[in-house]
Amino acid sequence: MKSEPKPNGLRVEEVRERLSEAGDGPAYWRSLEELAQTDEFHELLEREFPTLLPLEQSQASRRRFLQFMGASLALAGLSACSLQPEERILPYTKQPEEIVPGKPLYFASAHPNGPFGRGILVESHMGRPTKIEGNPDHPSSLGATDLFDQASILELYDPDRMRAPSYLSTVRSWEAFAADLGPRLEAQRALGGEGLRVVLPNTTSPTVLHQIGILRQRFPKARFVAYESAGSAQARAGFRAAFGRPVHVHYDLSEAEVLVCLDHDLLTEGPGSVRYARDFARRRRIVDGHHEMNRLYAVESSPTSTGQIADHRLPLSPVRLEGFVLALAAALGVEGVHAQAEPELQTWVDAVAADLRARPGRSLVSAGDSLRPELHTIVMAINDRLNNIGRTVLLQEPVLLSEGSGLEALRELTTELRDGKVDLLLLLGGNPAQDTPADLDFASAAAEAGLRVRFSSHDDETAEFCQWKIPLSHPLESWGDIRGHDGTVAIVQPLIAPLFASRSVVEILEFLAGDPTADGLAVVRRTWTADGVADLDDKAWRRALHDGLVRDAEPAALSLRVAPAAAAAAAASLAGTSASACLVIRPDPTVGDGRFANNGWLQECPKPHTRITWDNALLLAPRTAEKLGVSNEELVLLRANGRQMEVAAWILPGHAEDTFTLHLGYGRRRAGRVGNGCGFDANRLRTVDSPWRVDGVEIEPLGRRYRLASTQLHANMEGRDLIRHSTVAELEHGHGQHTEEGHHLDPNASLMPGFTYEGYKWGMTVDLSTCTGCNACVIACQSENNISIVGKDEVLNGREMHWMRIDRYFEGDLDQPTTYLQPVMCQHCEQAPCEVVCPVSATVHTDEGINAMAYNRCVGTRYCANNCPYKVRRFNFYQYADYESDTLKLMRNPDVTIRHRGVMEKCNYCLQRVNHAKIEATVRDLPLAEVGLQSACQQACPTAAIEFGDLNDSEAPVTQWAQSDLAYGILTDLGTRPRTSYLQRVSNPNPELARS
Amino acid sequence: MADVHQTREEEVKRMLRPDIVGAGHTPTTVTDKIATVVTAETPKWWFAGAGMAFSMLGVFLISVAWLFYKGVGIWGINNPVFWGFAIINFVWWIGIGHAGTLISAILLLLRQNWRNSINRFAEAMTIFAVACAGMFPLLHLGRPYRFYYLLPIPNTFDLWPQFRSPLIWDVFAVTTYALVSILFWYVGLIPDLATLRDRAKNRFAATIYGMLAAGWRGSTRHWHQYEVASMLLAGLATPLVVSVHTVVSFDFAVGQVPGWHTTIFPPYFVAGAVFAGFAMVITLSVPLRYLFGLEDFITQRHLDLMGKVMLATGLIVVYGYAIEMFIGWYSGSPYEKYMIWNRLTGPYRYAYYSLLLCNFVAVQFLWSSRVRNSIPGLFIVAMFVNAGMWIERFVIVVTSLHRDFMPSSWGMYHGTIWDWSTYIGTIGLFLSLLFLFIRFLPMISIFEMRMILPEANKMKKVN
Repeated sequence: MKSEPKPNGLRVEEVRERLSEAGDGPAYWRSLEELAQTDEFHELLEREFPTLLPLEQSQASRRRFLQFMGASLALAGLSACSLQPEERILPYTKQPEEIVPGKPLYFASAHPNGPFGRGILVESHMGRPTKIEGNPDHPSSLGATDLFDQASILELYDPDRMRAPSYLSTVRSWEAFAADLGPRLEAQRALGGEGLRVVLPNTTSPTVLHQIGILRQRFPKARFVAYESAGSAQARAGFRAAFGRPVHVHYDLSEAEVLVCLDHDLLTEGPGSVRYARDFARRRRIVDGHHEMNRLYAVESSPTSTGQIADHRLPLSPVRLEGFVLALAAALGVEGVHAQAEPELQTWVDAVAADLRARPGRSLVSAGDSLRPELHTIVMAINDRLNNIGRTVLLQEPVLLSEGSGLEALRELTTELRDGKVDLLLLLGGNPAQDTPADLDFASAAAEAGLRVRFSSHDDETAEFCQWKIPLSHPLESWGDIRGHDGTVAIVQPLIAPLFASRSVVEILEFLAGDPTADGLAVVRRTWTADGVADLDDKAWRRALHDGLVRDAEPAALSLRVAPAAAAAAAASLAGTSASACLVIRPDPTVGDGRFANNGWLQECPKPHTRITWDNALLLAPRTAEKLGVSNEELVLLRANGRQMEVAAWILPGHAEDTFTLHLGYGRRRAGRVGNGCGFDANRLRTVDSPWRVDGVEIEPLGRRYRLASTQLHANMEGRDLIRHSTVAELEHGHGQHTEEGHHLDPNASLMPGFTYEGYKWGMTVDLSTCTGCNACVIACQSENNISIVGKDEVLNGREMHWMRIDRYFEGDLDQPTTYLQPVMCQHCEQAPCEVVCPVSATVHTDEGINAMAYNRCVGTRYCANNCPYKVRRFNFYQYADYESDTLKLMRNPDVTIRHRGVMEKCNYCLQRVNHAKIEATVRDLPLAEVGLQSACQQACPTAAIEFGDLNDSEAPVTQWAQSDLAYGILTDLGTRPRTSYLQRVSNPNPELARS
Repeated sequence: MADVHQTREEEVKRMLRPDIVGAGHTPTTVTDKIATVVTAETPKWWFAGAGMAFSMLGVFLISVAWLFYKGVGIWGINNPVFWGFAIINFVWWIGIGHAGTLISAILLLLRQNWRNSINRFAEAMTIFAVACAGMFPLLHLGRPYRFYYLLPIPNTFDLWPQFRSPLIWDVFAVTTYALVSILFWYVGLIPDLATLRDRAKNRFAATIYGMLAAGWRGSTRHWHQYEVASMLLAGLATPLVVSVHTVVSFDFAVGQVPGWHTTIFPPYFVAGAVFAGFAMVITLSVPLRYLFGLEDFITQRHLDLMGKVMLATGLIVVYGYAIEMFIGWYSGSPYEKYMIWNRLTGPYRYAYYSLLLCNFVAVQFLWSSRVRNSIPGLFIVAMFVNAGMWIERFVIVVTSLHRDFMPSSWGMYHGTIWDWSTYIGTIGLFLSLLFLFIRFLPMISIFEMRMILPEANKMKKVN
């Protein structure tokens, strides 16, 4: 960095003046310590202390050195701290209420992801949030989470977050920003806000919607554009057409016996997925000879997790899928729809229709967000016809910002921008320069605005062309509120003061309304008074904070019928679409629309179908690949809409033919050090008119290879007895329960007496029937146990560190295989092969049956890992744990050791939780069951497919599962006696379809 | 009288197999010939060779420095192949060492005096090979600075080795082996060190050799004690020939990985070790006898005999391969069956075929005495065996690990540049030590050579 030398020397006063001219709030100064690490800070130092520059380069005179030290100390003294301060600290004279060092506290909050959120409980250690759990009271969670909720803790501590406001890359204070923007807002107010435009992602937050209402009054001519890069806009349009008015739709799966998911990842994607998965699993669990099970059909053009566990899965190209839906509607007698199924699909249509008809009001047909609005209309008509509306399909008053929302509104905005009508463009959250269709060309249009202000957590693609960049607080640092999938409101509570000089969304909106020093709490509280949405007295407010949700604040339920003409009109506009090679675009299963691109946990989380990490890829069917001459991992040129891009191909068995899938969320340039340069940007082929589907794509193989880091290279079970499978019908007839017959010798036979586990005997059982492979457990485990990420190159080297993985095997036909999933973590063998070969007793058995790791003893011979038949041991080949990044230190679970290079690690059944629970049970003299012990994976699992507990307790659910006829262990013929067992996968195929 | 003398000469000739030492040598010429190698001017080729060896040693030092700085991640090891070149090289080097012990100890006890001309450098080879081998278990540790956790040292943190682990047995086996080999070698060197002391051309050399010779004056009492010590050490070393590689094979046999978990391993490893060791002795003796003109001491007959040992042990090794195959099929275990199938048809099948080429096909040429007596022929076969035995360990370690029980975790393994540089580096270490050895110590035992001269035995017989 260059700076002009100034004759005058050190002028601390001037810096002090300048830095403090508008800064009386402690919020700003909190950040300086952090700032000291950033380039911006060094830049500032050099500008303000030009004499310091040579100091770093040449030999320092004592005077200079003291000046430098003085400056540092002066700045250090200016700062109050959110981190460990450097000043002398004193112990408590009075201990703060509730805080007991070493014991975490839990607070209810909510994690917004897109327009909706999920109620969460946040584990906080000495004021540091370290782990997210689901809020059992919140209907979207019921105690479980998805992987995004789990990973949001890493979002909070992301070292790449923007750390201070800046103007043209110069670090400034919030007050300086307020001083600059205030007069401009006043000027706009005089004009009625004519030149003011605000872009924000759509939301259900009552406070934000209320604030926008206020702002609309303040700036009547301004526009507030709420967009969603990946959301349910098409579905909402379809519902509006069906019911003749906007509605919010959610589902109730607790009574649904037959489910048909049309290109819909009902169980793992979207705001309601966690709840849906729980309700779905409840009707699917086989225990105690209860042999009733729901049945799931998935018809899809792009593979989904829901399809992976469906009883019947039918891959169809989007065009054929439309034909299927029309034929199904016709077969069910939906008025105004007349269509004939393709001959080869006739059996399917008939079977599904018969199954649905047999259960009126107890079935559900759902369509994915990416289907055209017309299909949603028809699907609603089908549900209406099946009498599902009001039972499995629930309608409510709309909860999203509808006025001026959507990609259409964004397109209008770009026109205005290009016409030079916008003086002041505020970009509040989202990332419209990246995550919107390329035909908008938002970035170049936005650059036409007079003053561009970016509020975001990262210095991202949208911030690139903005003069002002203001850091946005993470939800765990902010006050707010958000609705769940069914409209339930949860209050977002801050768990920690902002780590950086950031402001929350509600504070920024309040600033626009004229109050630059607004307090988030006051703003949110105001919403919940008579002046706002609903009146909560102080007691009700405290209760809402404590419970994590506001009772009875859901929007009114609606009871509507589908207009008879709507389906006919939709069917008419669908007819006549022709088949062509088609690209299907979807949000990525692990990084969404790209908002999580800089989250290492999510980047390294294997995608459910491909097990690819760190990249997206063009997914295509084996037969299509054969036809086009494309090989796996080959770069292909993808042409559509007059645009083209290079993308790596991945051949996926079971993908629909003549269809390609490309997930969003990749190809980001300014995501941060984790997300930059990963994968391929699907937005470049998207259009506003058809954001999810691109027809008429051409593929040209380029013959070059792009390495994709998949964590599982072998999808064939090789005839090994790893996953057992049977059907409900087989169980009813007493078949299908695999027993140990066939092994003539007892592999566990021994001359030595077995060990008796007195006291506790820990064990785990995983239900393979309900595992959706959603990865929530994988990320929960990562968060709980401080598991490192290793990066794409190391994944390519086969060195990923996940303590639990989800194995995926294909069986049967290459074009339409059955997929089997199996979460595998340490099996805690009673005769553990790893223990005998460790030369230093670094892995030992506890008298409660846990195969424990003593990291301090491990010297890293790796013999244990070689000898582990389950290959669940993970080795720190390099120094994977980040000892350097300041923020990540705060994130870690203090109960779990950070592993050093050269040390083996693996699942230990959340030993720290076990010990906490044991201590708690002893101290409070309670049985363990009442203390509540859950492993991290168990707690996160949306379908409650994991049970963990004391096998000596015959009442414990885990014992019941482990003793069920369906339970089995893997590789038991080796005599390892694994303590983890599995309940075999049971499916419920339709006999009509199974026969054909 | 002449007849008697003639008969006696013939008898001596027959008994002493004079083809193990060239004709016309007297004790003086033997001493001159061997000691001159050390005391004469350093030949130019030595500098060239030692320079190359030291450069390779430099590669080793760089590789190890980088390894300690970055961690074992610089190697190609991964999940599921947690062991790679380090263990392959360890077993390879340990195996090479075995021929030295076999020659010096077992053949001594069996009074195979043809060994006298090759035992010294074969023993040296053992020690250097064990030095190279001993590096790897330390280098391959994730935390090498904690290696002493493997030693039964009384300590305050209550950590004692876990004696059920074959790696602990390894620690004892290899350290014992190294210790006994060094002792045996040094004791055998003492009379020759005294010779060098007496022939030293400067005071410095005389002092050093003198100290090393430990006051050897060649008295009868010295000779007597020497004989006893060397017999005792030979007795100690003999079981080590069998035990060390048996214990090394336990590293694999005790594990339950298909391809490791087999009872044939101990004998098969021991035979493989002798096999590899003799190949290395041939590899070294062929150039040495040429360069130093020692054809009279390391004769055709030596080479022929070593070729026979190689053939015999090679056939045992091949038998091991056959039994592995058979048991893989006969066991009925799907994992074992798949392991065999994977060796034959999997991604590493070429390694297995190369192994068969080197250790099975190439060795069959040794049935022909023409090949055994052709120096290039024998040398080529020995080189095949050197490579083949390395590949054998690669097959055992890598092909077994890369596809074991859970297909979901199967992976591939490739050595990185650092794997190769460490391997080549230890070859550098070996060669460096060897070059120092041939320059400063008598590479052939002088006094033992003198003992097999007809004259020595004539005296014995006459008296």
